[in-house]
Amino acid sequence: MNFAVLQFPASNCDQDAIHAIQVTGHSARYVWHKEKSLGGVDAVIVPGGFSYGDYLRCGAIARFSPVMQAVQEFAANGGLVLGICNGFQILCEAGLLPGALIRNRSLQFRCEHVLLKTLTTDSAFTNRIPPDKILSIPIAHGEGCYFADEATLERLKANNRILWRYCSAEGEVTESANPNGSLWNIAGLCNERRNVGALMPHPERACEPLLGSADGRLIFESLIGAFQNKAIAKAV
Amino acid sequence: MKAKIIITPKKAVLDPQGKAVQNALEHMGYKGVRAVHVGKYLEVEISGEKESVRQQIDEACHKLLSNPVIEDYHFELE
Repeated sequence: MNFAVLQFPASNCDQDAIHAIQVTGHSARYVWHKEKSLGGVDAVIVPGGFSYGDYLRCGAIARFSPVMQAVQEFAANGGLVLGICNGFQILCEAGLLPGALIRNRSLQFRCEHVLLKTLTTDSAFTNRIPPDKILSIPIAHGEGCYFADEATLERLKANNRILWRYCSAEGEVTESANPNGSLWNIAGLCNERRNVGALMPHPERACEPLLGSADGRLIFESLIGAFQNKAIAKAV
Repeated sequence: MKAKIIITPKKAVLDPQGKAVQNALEHMGYKGVRAVHVGKYLEVEISGEKESVRQQIDEACHKLLSNPVIEDYHFELE
């Protein structure tokens, strides 16, 4: 499977994303933000960082990069797109995912491991995650407080589109487990078609036991699983 | 022509910066501060006929300069 990892000025998790994909035994290459084509890849990672210096709003300027037009078309054709941290902010700004990510309620930049509860295995991003497993994955952000209006939240819940919520070690969704003030402890979600997803935590930083957790690998393996299932479905 | 654009967080959106500034004002002894909202101020220098500039700035505010999910905007031309 071939992944594209987008590179904007001041992306800084692009190399980690490439490494994480290679750890799973698949290939990945960088796609510069000025490119107008993704070059026939199977999935796109919009990585973390501070694209365009976070000027104006996080992700606001990156969303108008030429490569994002290609990502819009790729997603509209059912292509798999995963946004991580700044990538989540960019996908929200681009309208590929609903809501917005605003300043952490504490006003602090939070950089630590958090625990995540997976709400559904029915997505391209969660199909390989054991249902009761609590994931330990690090966050590193100042603007990760998820916000959406009430109607959007209800729609997300009704369509089973909330993929991960911040939780305690016991798997309870509590105020103290919420590192940034996100609405309903939301850490990640997907679009209606379930082919575009994103999360604030960094799975690419948790793909090997040496890094303290290999739980993030399950998210990349889910993407690979979704792609392989689609290929099987096509072949049949 | 100059467009003076003010962008503020929507009422329903948490504004922790505004809250922190409000707390600071209270600690300094300012009485009766009911709320503080922290937003952005932009100036765009642009040439053209006033009505067309107004339309362009409005569109730019909607598409890029503000995020309608979390922010409101208004502007003046002078």
